[in-house]
Amino acid sequence: MSRSTGIRGNEKVAGWLFVGPMIVVLGLFLVLPIFMALWVSLLDWAPARGDPFSGGGEYVGTDNYRSLVAVDALTRTDFMKSMRNTFYYVLFVVPLQTVLALFLAVVLNQKRLRGKGFFRSAFYFPSVTSSVAISMVFLFLFLNNGGINKVLSWVGIDGPSWFSDANGVFHLLLGVVGVDQAPGALGANGVLGLSFWEWLAGPSVALCAIIVLVVWTTAGTFMLMFLAALQDIPVEVDEAALIDGATTWRKFRYVTLPQLKPVLFLVLTLGLISTWQIFDQVYVMSEGNPDKTTLTPAFLSYRESFVSQNWGTGAAIAFVLFAVILLLTLIQRWVMRDKDEPRRRRRAEVPA
Amino acid sequence: MRTTALRLVAAASLALAVTACGGGGFEEKKDSGGPTSAEGKAELRVLIGSSGDAETNAVNAAVDAWEEESGNTAVVTNSADLTTDLSKTFASNDPYDVMYIDAGRFATYADTGALYPYGDDYENVDDIYQTLRDTFTYDGDFYCAPKDFSTLALVINDTMWAEAGLTEADYPKTWDDLAAVAGKLTKGDRPGLVTAPSRDRLGAFMLEAGGWIVNEDATEAIADSAENAEALGYVQELLNAGSLAFFADVDAGWGGEAFGKQSTAMTIEGNWVKGAMSADFPDVDYTVVELPEGPAGQGTMLFSTCWGVAAKSDAQEQAIDLIESLTSPEQQLANADAFGVMPALESVREDYAAKYPEDAAFIAGAEYGTGPVSLPDFEPVLADFDSELAGLAKGDPQAILDALNKNASAALSG
Repeated sequence: MSRSTGIRGNEKVAGWLFVGPMIVVLGLFLVLPIFMALWVSLLDWAPARGDPFSGGGEYVGTDNYRSLVAVDALTRTDFMKSMRNTFYYVLFVVPLQTVLALFLAVVLNQKRLRGKGFFRSAFYFPSVTSSVAISMVFLFLFLNNGGINKVLSWVGIDGPSWFSDANGVFHLLLGVVGVDQAPGALGANGVLGLSFWEWLAGPSVALCAIIVLVVWTTAGTFMLMFLAALQDIPVEVDEAALIDGATTWRKFRYVTLPQLKPVLFLVLTLGLISTWQIFDQVYVMSEGNPDKTTLTPAFLSYRESFVSQNWGTGAAIAFVLFAVILLLTLIQRWVMRDKDEPRRRRRAEVPA
Repeated sequence: MRTTALRLVAAASLALAVTACGGGGFEEKKDSGGPTSAEGKAELRVLIGSSGDAETNAVNAAVDAWEEESGNTAVVTNSADLTTDLSKTFASNDPYDVMYIDAGRFATYADTGALYPYGDDYENVDDIYQTLRDTFTYDGDFYCAPKDFSTLALVINDTMWAEAGLTEADYPKTWDDLAAVAGKLTKGDRPGLVTAPSRDRLGAFMLEAGGWIVNEDATEAIADSAENAEALGYVQELLNAGSLAFFADVDAGWGGEAFGKQSTAMTIEGNWVKGAMSADFPDVDYTVVELPEGPAGQGTMLFSTCWGVAAKSDAQEQAIDLIESLTSPEQQLANADAFGVMPALESVREDYAAKYPEDAAFIAGAEYGTGPVSLPDFEPVLADFDSELAGLAKGDPQAILDALNKNASAALSG
């Protein structure tokens, strides 16, 4: 660093001047509120109790966080159910939407495909439609005598009553082989307020309907990202592989896919973050029902704050969720790190 | 992509920011005793969660009349999401002066000090049904006057009733009667009775059996009683016999919709079912009778919304004056005509009953009805109970009640 003299002497001031407005905006609307919410998560507070920064609300330390993980009561059970539900939700949505998006992108990248523009718009369409509107349409589709069950009945399947069926799909699968009760130890023992049998329920039938909805709506966005990356791959590389005698599958697996890795990382990260925060669909379609199997941390945070007036607990849930997402993203980064060149800075590879 | 959690944080912080930006200067007004009063002309702001245009227009007309008479001004705002808007307004230093407060949520707001208890300043307090006064009393203070009320009753489809060979003499008087007629009215996929898996409907059976979730003083949880178990056991029998189903099983959003679509012959709903029937299903003929007696006699659920006054309002006196005019006997009768609600005042009971004889079963519930459990921190407890009730057919009533009792006790002590 040279001293700020000479003809570039004022650059530093000018720099701060240019970023100043953004710092103010981000600070005021992002950083400051986050710290305010952090403070509230340490209080027993409701709006009517007055300003939390001048004595409104009672300081309770980490009680709100403890009630989420350590105190055997309803709050913990609800929170753990929401974590379980969302875990299964993420487990299904992220791989499904990534694979579907990649598949659609590869199909659309075919040189000889006709009507490309039409399909591109058609696949992208759900992503630009309001999630509330789509949720309403899906509510009708998944009625007991709605479209989905009608189609199922044509092939002789008696469809479930989707949004009132709280059975977990893993439980249902076990039921097929005759296990419809919790086997002794699984039902009797548990951790964090839920029995092991409950932890292993899998997504409920109702949650599956939401999974289908979300995969369908978000695949379009990620398809565009994959498509952009696919079109970026130089044709020569493809042709070289062909000349070397690679089959279509091997070409895709060993030539195309490695070049898509940065985008794959982006898609998985964005997918992981957004799925953990699912709120709109739950708010519109199920409000956590049936039997709390569509309860999610984001919705629970809303309910604790706005409905139950326990804003401290609501804020604490938001921060635990933040920590979970951060942790999972770090793990994912570590898993997907470039194993050949461990020391290389990856910054340049990740499009923002 | 990370908007949702941020939105939550932002919403919470916005509530804070509103509080923080208002700065100091505001002191607890409770201590000074008596309501605050505006100097000169008051400008009141009123927040309502209207059931529809008919109600909005009726409230506006009544408020206009009060403005004319008192010389003050009042602006009515209708909220599409009252719960959220109430949270926002209570966070500000200049909240709405007068607002709708639901009976089930009332204690949550009273407990956080959001409401001004104006029971002592409200003139006509003795005319309000005792059951309703109890509902809106928290910690010994009567907080707010109900704008109207509703009770649950049994709604019967006349055509199906006749088809099943039943007559007026068969209207169910006891649980056994109800089980019998529900069985007779069940036909193939169509259950005889449809209602909601909620404490707000099935709670009536608990009351009829002599049980309830908390004791009379709301100091102790008594949910795991034998009476409650008997009630849920009875409901479970009906469910397993196929003569009772919950609305989702027949593809409806609530009992009234299932009833209007003729997916069932009977439902347990409140008097709001009238409006829905005349608007959406005018061709269905129906009769309303009181809920049958249980082992401990009659029982029903009571619902209401009251006119709350904000603790931070600086024109509480004028606000109470407005509410007195909005809840006057004449006004409540006018509201009954305009949007089909029942007056919460004993003095106009006869007038109402004479004008709407078909509502006799609903208004009778005012005598023996019980309001929803309204205690701070009870929302998640009751929501949990509701979700358990949805699985009642396969569940164990005593286990459900034990869990409710445990959660309710924890909420009461916390």
